[in-house]
Amino acid sequence: MKFRIKSQLSDEKAMNRTITRLAHEIVENNKGIEDLCLVGIRTRGEFLARRIVKKIAEFEKEELPLGILDIVMYRDDYRTKNRLPAVEITDIPFNIDNKKLVLIDDVIYTGRTIRAALDALIDLGRPSGIQLAVMVDRGHREMPIRPDYVGKNCPTAANEEISVKVKECDGVDVIDLMEEDK
Amino acid sequence: MNLSIDHLLGLKGVPKEDLNAIFDTAFSFREVLDRPIKKVPTLKGITVVNLFFENSTRTRMSFELAEKRLSADVMNFSASSSSLSKGESLRDTIQNLFAMKMDVVVMRHPTPGSVKLLSQFVDAVVINAGDGTHEHPTQAILDMMSLKEKFGTLEDLNVAIIGDIRHSRVALSNIYGLKTMGANVMLCGPPTFIPYGIESLGVKITYNVDEALEFADAINVLRIQKERQGKGLLPSLREYRNVYGITRERLAKFQKNITIMHPGPINRGVEIDTDVADGSNSIILHQVLNGVASRMAILFLLAGGKR
Repeated sequence: MKFRIKSQLSDEKAMNRTITRLAHEIVENNKGIEDLCLVGIRTRGEFLARRIVKKIAEFEKEELPLGILDIVMYRDDYRTKNRLPAVEITDIPFNIDNKKLVLIDDVIYTGRTIRAALDALIDLGRPSGIQLAVMVDRGHREMPIRPDYVGKNCPTAANEEISVKVKECDGVDVIDLMEEDK
Repeated sequence: MNLSIDHLLGLKGVPKEDLNAIFDTAFSFREVLDRPIKKVPTLKGITVVNLFFENSTRTRMSFELAEKRLSADVMNFSASSSSLSKGESLRDTIQNLFAMKMDVVVMRHPTPGSVKLLSQFVDAVVINAGDGTHEHPTQAILDMMSLKEKFGTLEDLNVAIIGDIRHSRVALSNIYGLKTMGANVMLCGPPTFIPYGIESLGVKITYNVDEALEFADAINVLRIQKERQGKGLLPSLREYRNVYGITRERLAKFQKNITIMHPGPINRGVEIDTDVADGSNSIILHQVLNGVASRMAILFLLAGGKR
């Protein structure tokens, strides 16, 4: 399936504001940063998480521990897909027991990625709680999973896509709504 | 990230892209081995049978551990306690096993080519865990992964393989793999241990161990297979040690740190001395750890996707 841009949802400035708001919401909701740790889901979630850590450090004067999670080993779809995804390193350099974890991802759609991420985290220890922050919620959930912090709610059709690009790996900061190019 | 091969029968003809995919995946899986819960659900519901028609400790345990770390269901079969001793043929034994719906078979067998034969009549992924004196691809992959970890790249790396090349499946798989990855390979051993015509694989040959050490960034020291003694190939183990044994005194002649590998099991005091095998340039125990990770990667890449 080929896609073309239907409309732009956020440019660089808007993405920055959204990240700033998410950072504040996370700290506000947790009444400070005690025991708080961020976990970014590869690939884009990692870079968004790094930015949120940096943002929080600006006003709390402290860098939160940051982990990177690769969920490929926990996915439920590679036996039905023709192409295997690449397995990359999970790097969570702290003990997650009794920590408040905030998972960060770019887009939430069916909820299956988050299901896999929750299983992966539970295998690493027993956090006191897990919250979820996403840049875009595009609807169409297939599991009882709901984000705690949402950058943008964007109802989509099933044949549309959300493309989140970040400077660290795509060269630009932009969120686009894509539609099928027939 | 799909491999171009369906089975891992040997490293002859396996392209560089496949080997790199295995190394990359293996480094990712190694992180799992450091976790408090060393298990991921990646191969849940996949059944693997380990068919060992020859003795093995390291390879069999390493495979079994890799399979269990990926949550596969594991069956072990060893020839000595099976109906083979009642006269059933290899083909019948295996076809009966596969009537029970196996997804992957890991086989070690004393006959070269047996693994290829197997891959032609079972509907499962076949992984060679050593077929006679032919190939032992997973050992070569873990050796190369350990070198890659130490040196960053295999391109233009000088690797000497020292010992009984003739009877060694480890050597042959390493030659194929290392050449594919762009490394330079030198073989070293007594003339009775160097097969005739092997230089056609693009390797250098020397009968002088000092020459091999002069050349090498890393050496892979092969085990002198004591079970093959008494065939007139070696005067004695003691003489082998004196001429080819890797000792501290011999290494001290070279103004460089040569990385030491050994596929195990080690005959201490024959092909290698204890202080070398356990010394700071030895990566022998890394090889063991990387063995589990690389076998996880191979199992995942061959059996993880749609078939």
